[in-house]
Amino acid sequence: MIHSLFLISNAGDLFLEKHWKSVISRSVCDYFFEAREKAVEPDNVPPVIRTPHHYLINIYREKIFFVSVIQTEVPPLFVIEFLHRVAETFQDYFGECSETTIKDNVVIVYELLEEMLDNGFPLATESNILKELIRPPTILRSMVNTITGSSNVGETLPTGQLSTIPWRRAGVKYTNNEAYFDVVEEIDAILDKSGTTVFAEIQGVIDACVKLSGMPDLTLSFMNPRLLDDVSFHPCVRYKRWESERVIAFIPPDGNFQLMSYHISAQNLVAIPVYVKQNISFFETGSSGRLDITVGPKQTMGKTLECLVVTVHMPKVVLSANLSATQGTYNYDPVTKILVWDIGKLNPQKLPNLKGSLSLQSGAPKPEENPSLNIDLKIQQLAISGLKVNRLDVYGEKYKPFKGVKYVTKAGKFQFHSPYWTIYGPRRVAAWQPPSSARSPSRRLSAPGTPHLSPLGVEVSGEEPLPLGGAVWEEPDHH
Amino acid sequence: QPQQRPWFLCRNEDLKEMLESNKESLKLEAMKRIVGLIAKGKNASELFPAVVKNVASKNIELKKLVYVYLVRYAEEQQDLALLSISTFQRALKDPNQLIRASALRVLSSIRVPIIVPIMMLAIKEAATDLSPYVRKTAAHAIQKLYSLDPDQKEHLIEVIEKLLKDKSTLVAGSVVMAFEEVCPDRIDLIHKNYRKLCNLLVDVEEWGQVVIIHMLTRYARTQFVSPWREDAVFDENSAKAFYDSEEERRVDQSKPYIMDPDHRLLLRNTKPLLQSRNTAVVMAVSQLYWHLAPKHELSIITKSLVRLLRSHREVQYIVLQNIATMSIQRKGMFEPFMKSFYVRSTDATHIKTLKLEILTNLANEANISTILREFQTYVKSQDKAFAAATIQAIGCCATNISEVTDTCLNGLVLLLSNRDETVVAESVVVIKKLLQTQPSQHSDIIKHMAKLFDNITVPMARASILWLMGEYCEHVPKIAPDVLRKMAKTFTDEEDIVKLQIVNLAAKLYLTNSKQTKLLTQYILNLGKYDQNYDIRDRTRFIRQLIVPNEKSGALSKYARRILMAPKPAPVLQSAFKDRDRFQLGTLSHTLNSQASGYLELSDWPAVAPDQSVRNVEVVEPVRLPCIYLVFKDNENSDDSNKSSSSQSEKSSSESDSEKKKTLKNKKPQQQKLDSKDSSPVFVPETSHELLHRMTGKGLSAQYRFTRQPCIYGNSMVSLQLTLSNSTDQALENIHISEKSSTGQNIHRFNAIERLEPQASVTVSMGVDFNDSTQAANFQLCTKEDEFSVSIQPAVGELLLPITMSEADFTKEQGKLVGMNESSATITMTPENVSSQSVNRKVVSVANLGVIPSGQENIYRFSGKTVSSGSLVLVSVVLKDPDAVITINTEKTVMGSMLLRQVKTALTNSGP
Repeated sequence: MIHSLFLISNAGDLFLEKHWKSVISRSVCDYFFEAREKAVEPDNVPPVIRTPHHYLINIYREKIFFVSVIQTEVPPLFVIEFLHRVAETFQDYFGECSETTIKDNVVIVYELLEEMLDNGFPLATESNILKELIRPPTILRSMVNTITGSSNVGETLPTGQLSTIPWRRAGVKYTNNEAYFDVVEEIDAILDKSGTTVFAEIQGVIDACVKLSGMPDLTLSFMNPRLLDDVSFHPCVRYKRWESERVIAFIPPDGNFQLMSYHISAQNLVAIPVYVKQNISFFETGSSGRLDITVGPKQTMGKTLECLVVTVHMPKVVLSANLSATQGTYNYDPVTKILVWDIGKLNPQKLPNLKGSLSLQSGAPKPEENPSLNIDLKIQQLAISGLKVNRLDVYGEKYKPFKGVKYVTKAGKFQFHSPYWTIYGPRRVAAWQPPSSARSPSRRLSAPGTPHLSPLGVEVSGEEPLPLGGAVWEEPDHH
Repeated sequence: QPQQRPWFLCRNEDLKEMLESNKESLKLEAMKRIVGLIAKGKNASELFPAVVKNVASKNIELKKLVYVYLVRYAEEQQDLALLSISTFQRALKDPNQLIRASALRVLSSIRVPIIVPIMMLAIKEAATDLSPYVRKTAAHAIQKLYSLDPDQKEHLIEVIEKLLKDKSTLVAGSVVMAFEEVCPDRIDLIHKNYRKLCNLLVDVEEWGQVVIIHMLTRYARTQFVSPWREDAVFDENSAKAFYDSEEERRVDQSKPYIMDPDHRLLLRNTKPLLQSRNTAVVMAVSQLYWHLAPKHELSIITKSLVRLLRSHREVQYIVLQNIATMSIQRKGMFEPFMKSFYVRSTDATHIKTLKLEILTNLANEANISTILREFQTYVKSQDKAFAAATIQAIGCCATNISEVTDTCLNGLVLLLSNRDETVVAESVVVIKKLLQTQPSQHSDIIKHMAKLFDNITVPMARASILWLMGEYCEHVPKIAPDVLRKMAKTFTDEEDIVKLQIVNLAAKLYLTNSKQTKLLTQYILNLGKYDQNYDIRDRTRFIRQLIVPNEKSGALSKYARRILMAPKPAPVLQSAFKDRDRFQLGTLSHTLNSQASGYLELSDWPAVAPDQSVRNVEVVEPVRLPCIYLVFKDNENSDDSNKSSSSQSEKSSSESDSEKKKTLKNKKPQQQKLDSKDSSPVFVPETSHELLHRMTGKGLSAQYRFTRQPCIYGNSMVSLQLTLSNSTDQALENIHISEKSSTGQNIHRFNAIERLEPQASVTVSMGVDFNDSTQAANFQLCTKEDEFSVSIQPAVGELLLPITMSEADFTKEQGKLVGMNESSATITMTPENVSSQSVNRKVVSVANLGVIPSGQENIYRFSGKTVSSGSLVLVSVVLKDPDAVITINTEKTVMGSMLLRQVKTALTNSGP
């Protein structure tokens, strides 16, 4: 399946190659470089590239392109998923997956790649198994290794691979048995200027850190499992128990792993913890603009909002910002055109405000698009969906482990848009709306002197003319 | 002289010395550096002789690195590579399965044609290895050998056939992979293994699941009839596409469709995998449902596919492509999730384009207003290529949904005033396409465009407007000549595509309105005649000959008007994903929209189902290997797994199908049946018994139940589960079983419970060796303060463990246990107990026995062994309406008679 793998840095340096079948010349990567150049941004490189004799399936992660060479038909997701698994393994082993760490640990990388694929087909991808085969480097061990010449390769042969529980290594022993679960939820939302939710969903994961001796069989149950309508599990979870009883029964891997992820898309269930009052406008004359942002709490379930950061991607013509913040610090980077306002903890009694003027490149036309705001925040001790773990039972082992559950809510892709702002501004709509009877375009257009035909650039306020007309376009639709 | 050699040779020289030294650490260091060179793509082949010497090293890491080197360079250094072969041949016989496997892995990776016979032999041997891990490696080696020497195909197919029968979850994925590579057309090899593969699927590792699911999709399309027939009744329109002929439709209307149970089995067993964390597995199941499931069941895959959109950019790309193809045929599937396809400013360009494609596909009368409003924001995007694509999408919506054509046109016309040239240009091009479909009603728009013409600078847009003017000059008779007049002035400054359209416009106006435009046309044609571009000169000459009649032009000019003014067919705006579904979804070919090498075509459903019985598996099959079966009951309650060990081999398998389970048990070889734990309990009673009441226990209460599992604390112990609860209002400390108190029985105590919080309870397990007697085990349950005497009185049925054997073995063993060892009784059955299910249930609920599949309807057989001594206990119930004869054969006569009494009571009592 996977013929060869090339690792290429963002700068275009091909720094590692590995072949599982016959050697394929690295010149095949020229097709990749061609596509890379065409794409400008690394994110825009197409994941599947066709060359005369091969197919290149690549992923871009941590500033590295993982380019795999494929010769025959294969489900592309199979390869993509595997490449991400490789990157995750590197991360797991070396703390981070970067060009430097890979170059520094090239022998371990090679040993890992050798174990992960046989003839291009995945062999051992479970971290528990790999760690038994090849020990991860530690500072101490690498020192000892240099002195004594001992190796990274495990002396014992892994047994997990031979069992039906391939994700768990055998013979686990701890003096303190503990099991921790982190329920982490991210809110993805798009809100329009009036604060109405255009789109909102919750992405949740339960990360586990299980350090239990022997072969424990765990059952995790929730107070309100009905909340979870779409879930995906680590292979250790028994699907049928979930289907029939809505409990999560599993024999855990040893150490850290992601037990499950879930997705709550019903909008009425998604509480929006924050609101933003924003006013960003640009003047046609005088090359300047005004900015005024206030942030306040909305549905926070009595918890404090922390690590609050507001990010604004300014239009290219904004040269500098002269603002004052009642709380926190702000920074405007004139190169990337990103305004970052780091607020910190939100005090509901005294709402933070950022206000001041923007200076624009003189002579440039005023920006067409009003910038949207991205919010970053964190709420401790709260899963915004209301999900609650009920209990964790341990079967099969007789010790009583220490158990803990932690909840955190974060903002994912949390955007305050202003897409309809200019369109639905009250004055605009009144001026631009065609007579209700005039849905036929011919009549609207033939009416002499209608604003549609007026030349460009006479607007003085910071708003854009209605770009598209017609009754169908008007009604806002926010169910 | 070393100084004169290039530096890298010097370095290699020192590596060579290190490899030849006696010190392991130096050798290892050298190998690490060599691997570093290989990783960078540098040539290290000249070190081959020095490296290959270390192939038999004792140091595992050194050996592994040598393997890496060997596999990389063996192809280039074939003669030297042969030196290492004998080492591997030796390792293939190693008692350790992992060493055998790794030897086979490396041996088969050495691409040297001369060793093909050795590889073939090694594969054949490994395929019958006792270790499933070695057999898995053999499956991988099959593909390697096939690519090295395709002539071995026939022999390899034999090995594949053998390995397909394997019941290990480890082997399944790998052998199916080999099957797909070597002989994907040998569908006949799958028949007998089909049900097994379906049942194993959920326990196979993720990567194997993907391969098996894709293969089974292909298989199912050749073996089952289309489940899409039902739709014909409900939905005439959508069904039409699925029928090749009228004839076929008539056939299915006459006969109702019944899904083959095997078809259903596949759908049912793949469904839970939609919850996999592996995106490739989810996609594989989704494509399976798309290609195999009845249309009304398709909706279950939607949510999972939408979930994948949260994953990495590359995953999104592939999933969106597949959704795009699906959404053309079935809008309804994704319409509720429309908002998931809204474009984010951070999306990569190819993701944006795909989302746009899907939104366009999903548009219908009901949601078009929402979609168009979303599109409006996209038009304003900084990413101009994306804005242009959005305008194309608006055009598509306008043609597909006639209700909004006018609205879209208006919107597009307004965009003509946009500041951005790309937006304007794209709008003009799309308007042109839209107007072509219904020009007569839109002369106003054409006029409007003419007015904007001066402000539009993008050549493509200018050219499009000019073409429109010419094409519909009769609708704008006053404006068109004026535009031509302006063009005559600027002709020399225009781009080539604009010039061509000016010539076109002039020609068309000359033909329709020669009075006003004759001079202008001549002027333009003269300009064109001397243009620098030969295309324009060419076109000018051609047009002049065509429209201006002279003696040379002959017959053609008569038709000039018909040639130039012929009605042009409107362009079709359709999705790029229109015909993508000719490829199996989820494949590389689908992504590329062209057939990749090695793509296996998905066949059409057969009109008549092929013989279904080919998939039937005979129940009893001789088994050659003594094996362990790790049977997971329905894969879910893995607690009731059971093990049996023999020699040093291991084999694990898990089955969901209970019928299968019995088959397996049946096949257990005779000599094994008495050694240790054999079969999982058929039935585990939920009832618990009181050990200590909370009143007597001063707030501590205890209950016990028999788990009927082989006890992990000792072979002769009965396994018990104890639930301790604290009903006091303070914590109880140090709960344990006293050491001194037991009454002769060997008890494995649970570890002391340090602290039990108020109202909390804890479950612990313990083992008691009752010594095959129903005498109670008495012991002291202690807390920090108190001691309570308790006792456990086992029912005789709990002192047994189930075993399985064949019917023949049962009869044979029964024959040995007669006379004293046999006790029997005749009872009158209550009618509701007569069914086979109820007899089985009644017996296994009182005694922990295994059920033996019986060939005769009225005879039921059960077998077990006593926990402590392992003596056989055989129970048979023979129904002779209305009576039943219960016979119990066992050396333990006391237990036999007690058991007889209990079975009697159970079978005569009515109720569950």
